[in-house]
Amino acid sequence: MSRPYVKLPAWIEYGLIPIANVAVAFIVAGLVVLLVGESPVEAAKLMLYGAFGYGGGIAFTLYYTTNFILTGLSVAVAFHGGLFNIGSEGQAYIGGLGCALVALNLDTVLPWWVNFPLAVIASFVFGAAWAFIPGWLQARRGSHVVITTIMFNFIASALMVYLLVGMLKPMGSMAPETRTFQAGGQLPKLDWLFTLFGSSLGGAPLNVSFFLALLAAFLVWVLIWRTRLGYEIRTLGFSPSAARYAGMSQTKVVVITMMISGGLAGLMALNPVMGDQARVQIDFPAGAGFVGIAVALMGRGHPAGIIPAALLFGMLYQGGAELAFDMPNISRDMIVIIQGLVILFAGAMENMLRPGIGAAFQFVRFRPSKDVQAEEPR
Amino acid sequence: MADPAIELINIDKSFGAVRANKSINLRVDKGTIHGIVGENGAGKSTLMSIIYGFYQADAGEIRVGGRKVSISDPNVAISSGIGMVHQHFMLVDNFTVIENVMLGAEQSPLLAAGIQRVRDELKRLEREHNLEVDPDAVVEELPVGLQQRVEILKALYRGADILILDEPTGVLTPAEADHLFEVLKQLRAEGKTIILITHKLREIMAITDAVSVMRRGEIVATVKTAETNAGALAELMVGRRVLLHVDKGPAEPGAVKLKVEHLSVRDARRVKMVDDVSFEVRAGEIVGIAGVAGNGQSELLEALSGIRRAEAGSVRLLDREIDPIKGADPGALRAMGLAHVPEDRHHMGLVLPFSESENAILGYHRDADLGRGVFLDPAAVRRRAAREIEDFDIRPPDCRLKTSNFSGGNQQKIVLAREMERDPEVLLIGQPTRGVDVGAIEFIHRRIVAMRDAGKAILLVSVELDEIRSLSDRILVMFAGRIVGERGPETSENELGLLMAGVTSQEAAE
Ligand SMILES: Nc1ncnc2c1ncn2[C@@H]1O[C@H](COP(=O)(O)OP(=O)(O)OP(=O)(O)O)[C@@H](O)[C@H]1O
Ligand SMILES: [Mg+2]
Repeated sequence: MSRPYVKLPAWIEYGLIPIANVAVAFIVAGLVVLLVGESPVEAAKLMLYGAFGYGGGIAFTLYYTTNFILTGLSVAVAFHGGLFNIGSEGQAYIGGLGCALVALNLDTVLPWWVNFPLAVIASFVFGAAWAFIPGWLQARRGSHVVITTIMFNFIASALMVYLLVGMLKPMGSMAPETRTFQAGGQLPKLDWLFTLFGSSLGGAPLNVSFFLALLAAFLVWVLIWRTRLGYEIRTLGFSPSAARYAGMSQTKVVVITMMISGGLAGLMALNPVMGDQARVQIDFPAGAGFVGIAVALMGRGHPAGIIPAALLFGMLYQGGAELAFDMPNISRDMIVIIQGLVILFAGAMENMLRPGIGAAFQFVRFRPSKDVQAEEPR
Repeated sequence: MADPAIELINIDKSFGAVRANKSINLRVDKGTIHGIVGENGAGKSTLMSIIYGFYQADAGEIRVGGRKVSISDPNVAISSGIGMVHQHFMLVDNFTVIENVMLGAEQSPLLAAGIQRVRDELKRLEREHNLEVDPDAVVEELPVGLQQRVEILKALYRGADILILDEPTGVLTPAEADHLFEVLKQLRAEGKTIILITHKLREIMAITDAVSVMRRGEIVATVKTAETNAGALAELMVGRRVLLHVDKGPAEPGAVKLKVEHLSVRDARRVKMVDDVSFEVRAGEIVGIAGVAGNGQSELLEALSGIRRAEAGSVRLLDREIDPIKGADPGALRAMGLAHVPEDRHHMGLVLPFSESENAILGYHRDADLGRGVFLDPAAVRRRAAREIEDFDIRPPDCRLKTSNFSGGNQQKIVLAREMERDPEVLLIGQPTRGVDVGAIEFIHRRIVAMRDAGKAILLVSVELDEIRSLSDRILVMFAGRIVGERGPETSENELGLLMAGVTSQEAAE
């Protein structure tokens, strides 16, 4: 029976509060840096420079951002349907099989711009198929997706190892990976974009899948807020009994939502597999599926929030890598701590600052109030 | 003159452009029951939320027992001796009664000691106030009447001297309501002060000492109950004369539109809730199902609308056989011309976090005119919502407002508008006027009768005997899942009441 939060104007709700949360996370992270005997200011500078200071840094940041947008969208779509898909990691991993299927078979036959759409379809289908089973189990058997998708991450991982040391490995190779794709299986890098601005990629793997991620973000917005299916997904997410009353098939909506969610995760595979390494390697998603959970939460499930949140994590990945490289006392694990702090403050404790900011706002803004609205007590 | 228990002086509260409370002055005397009536959206719940600290007034002063208090949150209200029983209960469903009463008043980090203390205290309260309830029962397994009792106990346990009840009888059966009033009278006799919000003028007349009428955010009158009558109050509320009875001509039943034969339904716990029920509804008639809540009416409506599977039986809708056992698709039934106003608007009829316009299309979101192909056209959705808002006078007339921000009665109108505007052939309608003000009841009843006169078949379920008797052309009485009798609308309340209580037809007729 706590007091309902005051409804704040959008610029505070979606601007000030997230920024304040991230700021707190960085202050605490700064204290940690201080603790290991480095200068937080220096570290922040290095990190920002590493992420945004030069062409190659920006390109790397955007490369990671691409991954996180797609996995963030994946988690968000499921979330709108009231489903907590923890399995984006495994779905992305299996999505890589779709890429491999197209690239290994067609890379010497067709040009990249034909293979790209084919690989988009294939990786989406593979990711969707991997999410179909947990979705179906949830809808028909009531097995909770949180549990089943976690289990499916392990199964995906084991399956991929099995394939990569077996069927997919070229004869005579020692490395557990596929052969390198030829030109038809490689996505073009975005050098031209950077030369346009008089900069250069500097070897960063940023490629056309970045645009795919932006397009996906737009399509997810259309899906959720502009289609009848999206309406059904949101209804189910808020109130399963209202969905039943309205004649929506819970089974159908759950399964389709999970498949779309899995498909979006599957798309993520294109970026590292065909955009960067030109082969499928062990554990190429490298945790992007889990970062997607944080990104979706921070972005409040809305593409317009997911893109900046993904950029933030892209920055942490790229800037963090440079920081670990430049400051001897700061290891990779420290970077993981900083990421953890951001997730903690911006995701898990996102309500921590709101009451204070809300009260301050009311104090500054008022009496008698004109624009202040409040939630109805429930 | 008695001492005031609570005084409100010039209270103001706005939500954006809506002025929910305008310089409210109210004085409630100690040891009285003070009624508050008013149209839907008049600002009653808002005013009570201000007293209870859920909202802060933009301006004005609250005095409790003569002392000025600033109620910044519910804890301050509780420590000032104010307790509230909300329109929608605030209990933890899977906690026991004791645990619910204790919640937030544990007093020590270890529960065991507290539990014993609560148990003793509950015993005392139960004895003194005639409020029996099993302290170890799990709340969700209690009938609503008892759940409400737990809310009252909770407030008393926290030492409430002033008890606010927001539409307490909306969900109660007549017997439960009678018992509640006994309890309230006893509390008054002990010197407690009670503020009672209700739409039922009969209750106001029966139990209150004074009554204030609110209209559009203002208190337009405060009168002694003894010096007024229901008609005068209704007129004060709505600002015009209100018909308190339904004005309708005789029915002209036509072809059978809905035919139910030997229908049986079990609920989730496999209890038989509907037991071999057969009846038919013809075009141009209203068939009312009377019964104490929980005697299978809800399950019957759900089975007929395709939400719940039946165990046995057959249903014919507009000359088409539908399979209640396999479960018909509610969407397909809607397309055939069946509309359903569910009894429980919060869990079924509405998605509260949605905007009004999104709720205006719930269940009809596949309609061709709402968009092209797989897409929904927001402009088309808003156009439909705007039409319904206009037709049913939903206030405030803003289809972008979040549904949970509409007052209870206006939420109900959103559901009714959606289901009735589609011009269905058969209308299933559960508790159409729960939480709705007298003016709107008149309006809704007129719409239902107009649909009947237009040759539609209407099945009405209501726990309000008055409503059943004044609207129905035929009355079926349901008891323990069976239809135990069919009567005409002129049947006395007494006879229906006996039938509803399970007394056999013959005995009841005597
Ligand atoms: N949180 C809110 N945000 C915006 N408007 C609100 C909010 N809460 C209430 N309102 C508006 O304030 C007005 C008064 O609402 P209130 O709930 O007090 O009415 P009420 O008298 O209790 O009506 P009912 O009898 O239908 O329960 C309504 O127009 C309502 O839409
Ligand atoms: Mg109300």
